[in-house]
Amino acid sequence: MFHRESGYFKTTYQADMGLYPLPIARYTIIAIAAIFFILLPAVLDGYYLSIINLVAIAVVGALGLNILVGYTNQISIGHAAFMSVGAYTAANLATKLDLPFWLTVPAGGAMAAFIGILVGIPSLRIKGLYLAIATLAAQFIIEWIINHTPSISGGVAASIEMPRPTVFGKELATQAELYYFLIVIAVIAIVGAMNLIRSRIGRSFIAIRDQEIAAEIIGINVFKTKLIAFGISSFYAGVCGVMYTYYLGVANYENFQLITSIDYLAMVIIGGLGSILGSIFGAIFITMLPIVIRLLMESFGSIFIDDAALAQVIAQFRLIIFGGLIIVFLIVEPDGLAKLWQNIRNYFRTWPFSY
Amino acid sequence: MKHLKTGLITAALALSAATMATTAMAKDLVVGMACDRTGPTQTVGVFLCPAYHDYVKLINSKGGIMGNKVRVIEIDTEYKVPQSVEAYQRFKKEGAVVVALWGTPMTQAITPNLNADHIPGTSPGFGTAAAANGEKYPYLFPMAASYWSQAGAAVTFAKSELGGTIKGKKIAYIFYDNPAGREPIPVLDKLAKMEGFELKKFAIPPPGVEMKIQVQDITRRYRADFVISHLFGKGPAVHIKEFKRMGYPLKKLVSLVWGAGEADINGAGGWAKAQGYNALNFAGVGSNYPVLDEIKALYKKEGKEGPKQMASTVYYNRGILAAAVHLKAMENAVKAKGSGDITGEDVQKGFLAIKDFKLGGILPPLNFTNLDHEGGGWARVFRVEGDNFVPASDWIRGYRDVVIQMLKEDH
Repeated sequence: MFHRESGYFKTTYQADMGLYPLPIARYTIIAIAAIFFILLPAVLDGYYLSIINLVAIAVVGALGLNILVGYTNQISIGHAAFMSVGAYTAANLATKLDLPFWLTVPAGGAMAAFIGILVGIPSLRIKGLYLAIATLAAQFIIEWIINHTPSISGGVAASIEMPRPTVFGKELATQAELYYFLIVIAVIAIVGAMNLIRSRIGRSFIAIRDQEIAAEIIGINVFKTKLIAFGISSFYAGVCGVMYTYYLGVANYENFQLITSIDYLAMVIIGGLGSILGSIFGAIFITMLPIVIRLLMESFGSIFIDDAALAQVIAQFRLIIFGGLIIVFLIVEPDGLAKLWQNIRNYFRTWPFSY
Repeated sequence: MKHLKTGLITAALALSAATMATTAMAKDLVVGMACDRTGPTQTVGVFLCPAYHDYVKLINSKGGIMGNKVRVIEIDTEYKVPQSVEAYQRFKKEGAVVVALWGTPMTQAITPNLNADHIPGTSPGFGTAAAANGEKYPYLFPMAASYWSQAGAAVTFAKSELGGTIKGKKIAYIFYDNPAGREPIPVLDKLAKMEGFELKKFAIPPPGVEMKIQVQDITRRYRADFVISHLFGKGPAVHIKEFKRMGYPLKKLVSLVWGAGEADINGAGGWAKAQGYNALNFAGVGSNYPVLDEIKALYKKEGKEGPKQMASTVYYNRGILAAAVHLKAMENAVKAKGSGDITGEDVQKGFLAIKDFKLGGILPPLNFTNLDHEGGGWARVFRVEGDNFVPASDWIRGYRDVVIQMLKEDH
């Protein structure tokens, strides 16, 4: 509609391999970056930034899970446990060794990746629901170990207070400062995932997802690739856990229980399996929908009934609406929000002269 | 022309003065309340949160706090951390001068923010016991007996029930195997050494509802003289049943505060089955308190029946405790400031100014000091007798010196 996709010729391989071959896509990305890095922090107050911060954290976790579930077709219900591994690793490093965040973030991710690879070993022999149960076991085992090892959990309460991240001697404490910290990590994670999927490893993930035996026949080492998928996915989860820890100022295992794993699974399924954009949409959807529903109900509901009664109504109805919307979106488009977005785009690509 | 100009200026001045006056007068005092009516702790939330609203309504019907109305913003957090973070930021944005936290995860996640933003937060029955140390966490007020204080109270109660001497007796501690469940252990260990009783611990692994073996172990093999239990959710109901089945006298068992609800008794098969069962409480139980009558009268005036949530006297009264202490602290702040224009810092001082606040006996005599943000660490045992909870002890502060010592020592 707005632009032509033909007529752009590339003269180098490098240009051909660019993430965004069309100029309009590049302009859009620049515009989005400008909105997120300049406009939003300038106009939004701490409350709205805190919501975006939560979304940014969720995006990293959802990307990690999507690499495993969406791209490699290996299910995991232990995602939150890997997040807790990252969180406690970083918290111990930051408090005991005073390491800065640019070391603790990758270290937390690496530790989670190591544990994730161990947990991924059964994936060679078992698939689908069986693997789900194996990863569920990992969730409980990791939780138990953290809970019963004071040297990891930092004492009976199993929570470690985390110093705020510092950049050039400045402590990042306000929502706006943490916003930049989290969004930069989220952007690195997104770009990393986009490139990973286009790489040799990423393609072998997809090959395994589509047909494991065929993948093996064309020369992909299935065992190794699956473990890499588990490792990378857990690395993302670990980083997500570290982000949480820095953001909240505390590492606490209760943030990373089974219900959190389920939330992340919901994100990637609603957002769209096997899609980077889907992970982002899913993270936004699951994190923000309850908030948006509540804000809407508060502003309209108070016209009819008083606040105390409304509180009860909102709490209950929000869950019903939340569940209902998930079902509606999945019925409208079983492939998730990313597919829905693609359909809209495809429609407008040729509009108003389709056919 | 000149007249017009002066006229306009006076009019503008008058208008601005008028708006300033109205904003100063009509300023609502905002309270943020995190609540869980839909998550894992909903069995408590559905009684506790309405109680909070009822108490605020009662105070507002009397003209608010020295003419300033109180406005409560309730947000259901579903016991989840992201929602809790969002809820807290919302409270902050709306200008809340005090926030009620809900649940240990939220308390842990928000505590660093409270100190940074200078907004007092309360966590009755949640968070870590060490958080009662006001010198370390100036803006966090557990405002009710922590698990350490509860352990002290439980041992005090056991001692008096065993006839005044606990030396050489066998005490079993049965607990849910998570940080909250393990928290009283250091206090119990210390007291065991101090008082010379034998302590054996029985952990119930998650999900905390299967405890046949442990109960058998306690009653048949170990033959405990007294049992202290610390379970959550459905656990308390199950353990009443199991101890009953083993023929253990429930009079020799005391539960900490999360096994004290009417729902636990009903879950165990009704009041008849749970005769003699003891549980600690940090707010009064029962409906014979003047403040509850006032709320009923308020409902009657509107032509409605009293709130049906009052049927759960345990959790409803805990909601009254939270609301009453918050509003008392705000009242102190307003008094000290002389106007309704108060901040979180003023309310923090308001908490510290609370002295011997009992509210007609529904609360223990609460006193907050710089170090002690628990309000004294009071607890009271209520026992199932007939179809009611009846007091089985006075308000007690078990081994306060030991608990305070631990607070000071906390790393």
